Order: sequence, then structure tokens, then C-alpha cells
Amino acid sequence: MSRATASQTAGPYWHLIDFPEWADLLRPSGPNADAAGERILLTGTITDGTGAVVPDAMVEIWQAGPDGRYDGTFHGFGRCATDAGGRFRFVTLRPGAVPGPGNATQAPHVAVTIFARGLTRGVSTRAYFAGDALLAEDPILALVPEARRGTLLAQPAGAGEWRLDIRLQGEGETVFFEV
Amino acid sequence: MADPVPFLPVAAGSQPSLDQPSYVSTWHRHPEAAPLRIPVTLTEASAPRFEPRWYAPQADLSVTEGKAALGERIIVAGRVMDENGRPVSNAMVEVWQANAAGRYAHARDAHDAPLDPSFSGRGRVFTDGDGRYSFVSIRPGAYPWRNPGPGWRPMHIHFGLHGPGFAQRLITQMYFPGDPLLAFDAIFQGSGDEDAKQRLVAALDPAVGRDEWALGYRFDIVLRGRAGTPFEAV
Repeated sequence: MSRATASQTAGPYWHLIDFPEWADLLRPSGPNADAAGERILLTGTITDGTGAVVPDAMVEIWQAGPDGRYDGTFHGFGRCATDAGGRFRFVTLRPGAVPGPGNATQAPHVAVTIFARGLTRGVSTRAYFAGDALLAEDPILALVPEARRGTLLAQPAGAGEWRLDIRLQGEGETVFFEV
Repeated sequence: MADPVPFLPVAAGSQPSLDQPSYVSTWHRHPEAAPLRIPVTLTEASAPRFEPRWYAPQADLSVTEGKAALGERIIVAGRVMDENGRPVSNAMVEVWQANAAGRYAHARDAHDAPLDPSFSGRGRVFTDGDGRYSFVSIRPGAYPWRNPGPGWRPMHIHFGLHGPGFAQRLITQMYFPGDPLLAFDAIFQGSGDEDAKQRLVAALDPAVGRDEWALGYRFDIVLRGRAGTPFEAV
């Protein structure tokens, strides 16, 4: 049995495989053109340990459909390059609640993985939706020290937009997960 | 619903640390807190299905609009497995690389080496039922970067793969055997232990190449495995 191949940084030129339309999960030419649900924007700014924006990151998301299923008809994958201001912006549908360990229910959330120059491995976090009634019983959030939970809560920013800023390092550092 | 089978723990020495003093770009970008360990849930155990009808394959990087790219033509092939020794079938494999002169077709690559209008440097293939993939390209050149040391990255091809679980997502780099720059490269040297490093180096393999047409390199990839058999129906 071999161990997993070592990860390597995506580097600064990964945009050769950036297809900007992938940030729009509802694109008319894509697999979710006919999907129905609550249309949302998931946005945010990524900053580093000095507070500088990260303008060359690859952000990938994976989420359930509005029905809470990963194996349903909704294709919950997106990829977005951060812009010169370190911002990402996905167009998608708000996911449904997902079964969790045991008989638990996970609150609606979007898995977010970030690759970039200077990141030797992808770092993974989650975007939950502030104010969601299911947050209180989410089994993953319950493992996060209360003082840091806010780093996982996207906040409403008007007109269907949910904003989650991501801090890679230092004060207010985002909670990253490993399984 | 049964809980997903956990992933195997990350094997010691198999992965680079996020904090690498010799790789300057990590300094302000690596998280300081240890990642929070959580039980695997459906979110990590499931993954997107990339169907070729939405994600069109592009298996020959060496020709663009009928024109051959400059450089030494190569075939790269290998097998994608998991740590349990199971082939990973229907996996999307994305590759990107510099051209033969060491220049990326990228607006922010300021290296003073020529672009090749017949080389975009991007490809996409899918593994077959046995986990095998292959593509045709040209051997990339080394190029300078601003990091202490000799300041040139060894020849490499970037690989991105999705496995059957989102937690198995892997981005890595394939290197070429005998490249003297490997000994000086902070990224390669920081990959993990000696075995982890050597497995990033492809093998020259006549069985992969094609006589009088292209050299062949074999590059096998292993994704994280499961601490059990997840797909056996009871």
C-alpha cells in the first residue's frame, strides 16, 4: 500500500485552468441550468497574515443541492479565481441541510478549499449561513471554539449576497478543518 | 444512513508542511492554528462527478489549431490509485505547464522567454475504469522565480485531481528525472520525506513513449484512502 502523493502548491500560474464561468454554478451552458431554488451569491475577500489581500488564489466550493443531497441532480462544484482585490464571487443555490454523523443534521453549508502560491496544500473551511435555525445543532460547528465560530458564518450583504471573508493567518484566522 | 467511512490519517512524512521558511511565499499565507480535526461527513466523503460532456477532455497539448508546439514531444501516462490500492476511475485530471522555453501563457508571467502561439499549456483527461490516464505534451522548460537559492524552478507539470471524496482533492507537481535543479528547489525539497519527494519524479518509460515520435514518462498518483471499504453493499 502506497502513501498518498505529496501535495504541491498550485503556484501563481494556475489560471491556465481557470474557467471563469465555473464560478457561476447556474450558468445556462452548465449542468444546473434548470435547477430551482434560492439563488444566492457567495462572496468574500481573502487576506494573508499581514492583512494584504490574496489576489492569486484558487477557491473551490462543493455543496449539496437545495434538497440537501450531494448525489442528486444539482452539481455543487464551483471554482473561482480571486481578483486583484482578493475577492471571490460564486453564483449558486442555497444548499439544504445535510445528514451528519449519527442522527445529527448539519446546517446548510458550503465546503470551501483554497489553493494558492505559498500554500503547499489546499486549506479547507466551510461557509455557513448566519441566522440559520439549524446552526445551533450543527455537529461540526459544535466542535469549533465559540470565539472562532464567526469565521465560518457568511453574513447577509443584501440582494441575495452572503459574504464570508477568509483570513489565512493571524488575528481572526479562519478555522480550517482536516478529516 | 450509515456514517461515511473515515479517511486514513495523513501518513507521517508524506505531505509538505504549510510553514516552510525556505519557501518565502508561505511566510504570511500559512495558517498558524493547527487544522481542527472533524469527523468525516457526507460533505467530505462525496465529490463532484465531472462528466466529459460538461468538462471536455483535451488530451493533446502538443498541437494547437493544427500547429505543433515547439519543444521535445512527450507522452505522460500513469495510474491513479488510492492508498488502499484501488484504482480511481473516471477521475478528472487537469494539467498545466510552461512551454519549452520556460514561459507560461499567463498574463502575469513576466519571464523574458518567448511565448509559443501553438502552446496553451493546459490539458484535461479522465482516468479509465482501471485508473489509467495519458496525455501528449512537450517537455516544459525551467524558469526563474523570486525565491532565495539558484532561483530557477525545475521542469515540472502541475496536476490537479478530484477523487471520489472532496477531501481527496489533490494538487501536485510532476518533475523530470535527473533534473539538477531538484536539489535546490524549495518547493520540491519541502514536499515531505525522501520517499515523498522521489515519488513526485516521473520515470522515463519506453513502454509509455512511441518510437521515433515521443519520449514517454510514467507518473503514478496516489490519493488518500479510507480506513475501511466504503462501497461494499451489505
